[in-house]
Amino acid sequence: MSAGRHSQAQLEPRNAPAVSYWPARLDLLQGASGLLLVLFMWAHMTFVSSILVSEEAMYRVSLMFEGYYVFGSSHPWLVSVVALAITALLMLHAVLAMRKFPQNARQYADFLAHRRRMHHTDTTLWWWQLVTGFLLFFMAPAHLYTMFSQADQIGPYASSWRVYSTQWPLYLVLLVVVEIHAALGLYRLIVKWGWLRSVSRKYLRMIIGGLAVYLVLHGVSTLLAYYKLGETLRDTPGLRYQPVEVHP
Amino acid sequence: MNDAAVIAKDGEEHGARRLRFEIFRFNPCDPDSRPHYDTFELDDAPGMTLFIALNLIREQQDPGLQFDFVCRAGICGSCAMLINGRPTLACRTLTGTLPDTVRLSPLPVFELIGDLSVNTGKWMRQMSERLRTWVDVAEDVDLDSLETPMDPDAAQAIYELERCIECGCCVAGCGTAVMRESFVGAVGLNKMARFRLDPRDTREDADFFELIGTDEGIFGCMSLLGCDDVCPKDLPLQTQLAYLRRKMAKVTLTG
Repeated sequence: MSAGRHSQAQLEPRNAPAVSYWPARLDLLQGASGLLLVLFMWAHMTFVSSILVSEEAMYRVSLMFEGYYVFGSSHPWLVSVVALAITALLMLHAVLAMRKFPQNARQYADFLAHRRRMHHTDTTLWWWQLVTGFLLFFMAPAHLYTMFSQADQIGPYASSWRVYSTQWPLYLVLLVVVEIHAALGLYRLIVKWGWLRSVSRKYLRMIIGGLAVYLVLHGVSTLLAYYKLGETLRDTPGLRYQPVEVHP
Repeated sequence: MNDAAVIAKDGEEHGARRLRFEIFRFNPCDPDSRPHYDTFELDDAPGMTLFIALNLIREQQDPGLQFDFVCRAGICGSCAMLINGRPTLACRTLTGTLPDTVRLSPLPVFELIGDLSVNTGKWMRQMSERLRTWVDVAEDVDLDSLETPMDPDAAQAIYELERCIECGCCVAGCGTAVMRESFVGAVGLNKMARFRLDPRDTREDADFFELIGTDEGIFGCMSLLGCDDVCPKDLPLQTQLAYLRRKMAKVTLTG
């Protein structure tokens, strides 16, 4: 450090605490892990919605993620690895985000009283970000463990049967909660770091809110497509889709 | 007859609407005092501010009512209070813009002196000493030598942030500060942004990082941005907080 960089703060030992970069690093990591999870989730929802195109399209997407187009054969464990990686990322994001939660009854009471009297949009939205985040602690792992443990059961028929027979209530709630949380998190990141400064917060909320509504509707359509397809498999559970052209 | 009395008389003559004020009352020095709200009624009048209304209530209805005012013009920052839950300056609030029932409470976070009066000065001084919110110089300044002229653009940019009157609205409007009392608030961070711009201040980003690169500083801010929305001086707090955060993150990443 050059002589010019010494301030009074550094010259007086009692006022010169050891610098820790950890608060900054943790904040950066929280944002980065959140952003990665948002991007993953949106990509995931796009690929999953290939069922809206056709059963064949969804089948090919599932083959792609099993490495078929790279190795010439299917390796569902690749999906398990991705599920594990996302679980790790989720755990990282969760432990970092927990720093921001109120820590005791007094902090909860103070924040909730503040929210009630302020009637302030961004303060209220932060509360919902916290609530949806808390719900995701439990709902996301339930889904991730299924994907990890049954990675070979992903395909137009296998997935439809899973949705229809057991998973649809979880997926329906998870869809709404995750889209709300992702939209709020992305909005918070944008205003926090000063990106898109030419767009006012009001318009940003409208744009991201509109996007979230569209994504929920898109997700519900996808879920409905799987559910209906699953319903047709009632008499033949376990039936796998027979591809039109590709024979793995 | 003083101004307030003239305005009040004017209101009576024009059949003005009746305003109902629910005012927080508590005297922390009196062991028998319990926090509660007292209700006062008053006729609205054209051009009446909350400053005038509170003075009328004190003059005519309850001489014991405590509240702070100095300048009456949005410069001193003494009269910040929660008006229907939102922190703002009473002297710049026209009663004509308020609903029929108005609830007045003291700013949270700060030490209560009594009723609507809080000790923002104590909080501000403690924050200032922690963050060293003054032109910090590495060497003694020769007071006899001619001062180096400041670039007008730099002076203008500094002045923009220097407009802060330390009213405490940003702290009272901040969800983080309400929960975590050690958080320095937008007022403290804005001051750091202001001295960072000052060419006379010899501190560099690494030095500012020591002061605000913490969970009590810029990395504790959760971007609820109540500060930006309630600042009575319309300071660009959202922009400044984001800017400081990027600068402090850069210090972290470049070591």
